[in-house]
Amino acid sequence: MLHTFIAYVEDKPGVLTRVASLFRRLNINIHSLTVGHSEREEQSRMTMVCEASAEAAHRIRASLYKLEDVVDVDDIAQAPSVTRELALIKVAATPHTRSQIFELVEVFRARIVDLASESMIIEMTGVESKIEGLIQILSESDGRILEICRSGKMTMRAAEDDQSETGDDPEESFQ
Amino acid sequence: MATNANAQASNIDLTTPARLTGAEIMWATLAGEGVTQVFGYPGGAILPVYDALRKFPNIHHTLVRHEQGAAHAADGYSRASGKVGVCIATSGPGATNLVTGIANAMLDSIPMVCITGNVSSKVLGTDAFQEVDITGITLPVTKHNFLITHAEDIAPAIRYAFQIAKSARPGPVLVDITKDAQQATAIFDFEAAKPRPVRLHPMRKVEEADLAKAAELIRNAKRPVILAGHGIIESGAEEAVRTLAERTQIPVALTLLGLGAFPASHPLSLGLMGMHGESWVNHAIQEADLLIACGMRFDDRVTGTTLTYATNAKKIHIEVDPSEINKNINVDIPLTGDLREVLELLLPRIPSHDGAAWLKTINDSKGASAVRDIKNLPDDGHLYAAQVINDIWRITKGNAIVVTDVGQHQMWAAQYYHHEQPRTLITSGGLGTMGFALPAAIGAKTACPEKEVWVIAGDGGFQMTSSELCTIAQEKIKINIAIINNGFLGMVRQWQEFFYDRNYEATPLLSPDFVKLAAAHGIEGVAVHTRAEVASAIEQARSAPGAFLLNFMVEQEDSVYPMIPVGSALHEMIRRPGRSPLVQSPEDE
Repeated sequence: MLHTFIAYVEDKPGVLTRVASLFRRLNINIHSLTVGHSEREEQSRMTMVCEASAEAAHRIRASLYKLEDVVDVDDIAQAPSVTRELALIKVAATPHTRSQIFELVEVFRARIVDLASESMIIEMTGVESKIEGLIQILSESDGRILEICRSGKMTMRAAEDDQSETGDDPEESFQ
Repeated sequence: MATNANAQASNIDLTTPARLTGAEIMWATLAGEGVTQVFGYPGGAILPVYDALRKFPNIHHTLVRHEQGAAHAADGYSRASGKVGVCIATSGPGATNLVTGIANAMLDSIPMVCITGNVSSKVLGTDAFQEVDITGITLPVTKHNFLITHAEDIAPAIRYAFQIAKSARPGPVLVDITKDAQQATAIFDFEAAKPRPVRLHPMRKVEEADLAKAAELIRNAKRPVILAGHGIIESGAEEAVRTLAERTQIPVALTLLGLGAFPASHPLSLGLMGMHGESWVNHAIQEADLLIACGMRFDDRVTGTTLTYATNAKKIHIEVDPSEINKNINVDIPLTGDLREVLELLLPRIPSHDGAAWLKTINDSKGASAVRDIKNLPDDGHLYAAQVINDIWRITKGNAIVVTDVGQHQMWAAQYYHHEQPRTLITSGGLGTMGFALPAAIGAKTACPEKEVWVIAGDGGFQMTSSELCTIAQEKIKINIAIINNGFLGMVRQWQEFFYDRNYEATPLLSPDFVKLAAAHGIEGVAVHTRAEVASAIEQARSAPGAFLLNFMVEQEDSVYPMIPVGSALHEMIRRPGRSPLVQSPEDE
């Protein structure tokens, strides 16, 4: 089962290694990992996604807490939550082929953030399936994908009584 | 305040902040933490620290012959005294030589602070001479580690290291200090360097409902067994466990590292469980309807295959480390917290109980085991390790600190030296580190100079760290050394005999004349060949003023019985054949 661990860690050199090393030691592949500043001073927030049994997930959480630099750990398994990923996709596009890509970008509620004579960069935020949908359609279109950069998942627990997200993308709820 | 008095004797006052070098700060912080003994080996990147040592006359430094010895000595010091052991090494090879000893302490949850020097911060990461990324290397084998590049960070890091090493489930912490940080100066303020309060593991919890359920299980159990582990000693829960056992008449089986946590002579003591535990101990566990695991982790050497482990038993697991819950064996009631504290919550709910029927069942199951016991066999002209260790136990009246190496002799020591007190068996359990005994005994004797200390080692493991004989000579330490010399790497040979068609590849072992080796270090010794000589040789060693080495030339192809092969169930053991003390063929009864 897919587990998403949220960890608040002290913002110090080597923290990432300590956290990642714990997964390595259990021979668990990290699907995605994001780190960035949080609302807490001098603490970073990590989102780690991995495949693990319930027992392994318990052990990961318990072991993460044993790391001195780890302050808080949450395991979001099936709990209500909001997950997003950011993708930058550079596609080959000439003035002839641009319009088709513009349409796709519109449908997917993505944005063009860089436009050059031979290529353009699309920025897209959404759930994993939607980003993969755009990539799939782009690869079937005339434009050739030159580069893909994905942030990995960022997850936040939703309030327990929350029925739907209030974003501009209601269809992305409950992912 | 003993710690303040100690530091003041070193002319450095802990109460008034003062400007010191990083090296001085390191020693002053150690003194403030109550350290009076360190084990180490100098080198380039730690020289400023050694240069400052003379300003701290209350700290004794023992020079080992290899840094692994320093780590094991600090480990043995900690196990014997309950204090935090401290070892010091230089950068590069000095630091990497510590690693085995650090891993050993990690697996056995021994509180240690390891200090290494490193190259100057200006050249960190440049492959400078004797530079190694020791914080990277030791990351998986320490509770935590620090890379310190500024003098002002030394005191907080060391104080924090002591707190981490001692708190919750203890373990080793490494503090790597660059040379420029040792040389620079900073204001030393011991009080200000105090770490934040210990952050309790948030998953540590003892639910009221679980306590009630545990108490009910204990009250209603017909065939309960207490599994007594190392956590009893770390938590200081010996009395609480004894109260629980006596009040409910529940028998107590012990892990290797638990030996001594419950008196061997106690009528409720079953003895060692697991791979080389006696048959009635393992049968009792397999037939139990309730296991109360106290400060143990269901190690594979204790459970055999987990598929058939005590399948009819409910399991209560009292353990300080939440990551151990359901790791190896799924339990019914986890009580995650300090063992002594949990037992103090549990005991008021447990009434007296009569366990006579269950104890009689266990006692009856001993059957022919005593007859098989090798120490009960008539003298057939051969010398057996079990007899030697039994005699050491008898003559020392079970009062010695026994420090073992790893292998057959270790298991025989666990079976035949009966420990009444905690911290009297010092042995490498989790990592199984050959070469542990001699340096660990140096640490143990240094911690407890008034105690009689015996090394029991094999001829293989002894040679791994025998250079520490000279440390014993230089320090004038009185240790008695019993080498169980069978000319083989005995435990490996035993496995080859049982599981590899007696293909004794790379296990026959040539050894130096250990008595002459001892003599070369100015240490007395004798070789012992027959059973008749054993007792007088042991007495001779004990009465000698200095260290003494006994080279027991024992039967070469003896094996440790019973034995549960890896992957077998706890009750499927290979037994010592009844008809002969020597194995003709392994039998699985």
